[in-house]
Amino acid sequence: MKATTILTYQWKDLLRGRWIIGYGMVFLLFTDVLIRFGGGGPRALLSISNIMLLFIPLVSMIYGVLFLYQSREFTELLLAQPTDRKTLFWGLFGGLAVPLSLAFAGGVGLPLLYMGVLFSNGSEALMLLVLGIALTLLFTGLGFMLGLRFFDDRIRGFGFALISWLFLAVLYDGIIMAVVFLLGDYPLEKPILILSMLNPIDLARIIILLKFDISALMGYTGAVFSRFFSGAVGISISASVIMLWIGAPLWHSVNLFNKKDF
Amino acid sequence: MIRIDGLSKKFGARTVLDHITLRIPAGQATGIVGPNGSGKTTMIKTILGLVRPDEGTVTVNGSTLNGHWDYRRDIGYMPQTGRYPENMTVRELINFIKKVRQEETADEEQLIRHFGLEKEQDKRLRVLSGGMRQKTGAVLAMMFDPKILILDEPTAGLDPSSSVRLKKLIHEEKKRGKTVLLTTHIMSEIEELADYLVLLVEGTIRYHGPMNELLDVFREERLEEAVAKMLNEEETV
Repeated sequence: MKATTILTYQWKDLLRGRWIIGYGMVFLLFTDVLIRFGGGGPRALLSISNIMLLFIPLVSMIYGVLFLYQSREFTELLLAQPTDRKTLFWGLFGGLAVPLSLAFAGGVGLPLLYMGVLFSNGSEALMLLVLGIALTLLFTGLGFMLGLRFFDDRIRGFGFALISWLFLAVLYDGIIMAVVFLLGDYPLEKPILILSMLNPIDLARIIILLKFDISALMGYTGAVFSRFFSGAVGISISASVIMLWIGAPLWHSVNLFNKKDF
Repeated sequence: MIRIDGLSKKFGARTVLDHITLRIPAGQATGIVGPNGSGKTTMIKTILGLVRPDEGTVTVNGSTLNGHWDYRRDIGYMPQTGRYPENMTVRELINFIKKVRQEETADEEQLIRHFGLEKEQDKRLRVLSGGMRQKTGAVLAMMFDPKILILDEPTAGLDPSSSVRLKKLIHEEKKRGKTVLLTTHIMSEIEELADYLVLLVEGTIRYHGPMNELLDVFREERLEEAVAKMLNEEETV
């Protein structure tokens, strides 16, 4: 009851900022254009996923940090009322993560629906939506964790969020490439598989690539990946890794929030 | 009654509260005075559960604060600087807090009139002056008719006439048997409003007791001089 009051207020406040609508519109525009010009096939969906893999982590994490800083007054006000910290934390998190997820799902989902892709390539399109929402929850949680860790030092909190994004979205692949390049003479499939699974953005990318069945393009490594990820073990491991990536930062954030002095 | 036992709090290397033990009697007004940075606000925030103590316990009306939150139903809190969600209007803020507490107010309209906030009700908090926000804070603190009123520098930033109105209201609340806990820099305010005095210096209690006893001990007419005398004595010892 209390949580819904808090959520309703925050959603209203976010909508009033109009920013969240812009975020959804960007997805809508890209998806519409990509499907219009690239057809409704896997190629268009792949392009959409590429944008999603860069854009969602960046926006969710940065806005996660900023949102927590912006909500400071709100948090202090509510903590002086008969509210427990857990309810307030989930109210704050849901207040951002749910609208961000909806903006993404609406932005990508609507064109997929009215262009008929949801019917022609249904399972791929659904997978895209589910992964996008998972990434939104994951990176909003990471943003919250950084925001709480550096609550009184906004510049550091913001800086760490940017660096984390840069590392996970860009640098990490570079490191894997370097490893492959330097140690190319050794059988690297398994270590690379493990390395890729540790980064949620990479993991999401691999899941998408394999779903679209382009693994054949990736030669032997592709075959190893494909075998692993299409098996029951592979699917459950990758799902668990993503769940862990969503759960661990949130768990840490709840603890930080519980101990925090306001 | 509020009981504080062996309360300590550090922020980094700085000790803000150092083994404080205190009883704040029910139905009376207690004033906390002390220089800037002496730990007044931290002490208040610990009672509210906004700051977690490193050591010691706080008990409010028999329930010990240890992650508990329901006791805050009995507390009305007016912070030092009224910082509220900026996009809300005063009316929305009042309604929102009512919903969060799932309580109806005793006399919110009367309080709004008392502080002359009728015309400000539909304005966003962002555009209100500091004084208007303070008044909003006073309405929020008092509108549920709580048993305990905690006021952190309530008159700072208020114009003289609003300040007088607020003090009058605090007086009335006290007469109605409320426990009032307030901090201030203005000694005359404490003299006007408080029965008990707590003098906090660098996180320790230097004096705690009825106000008139302190005046008697130092043979002073005015509290300001008695407190200054006491602080001076400390320095020379």
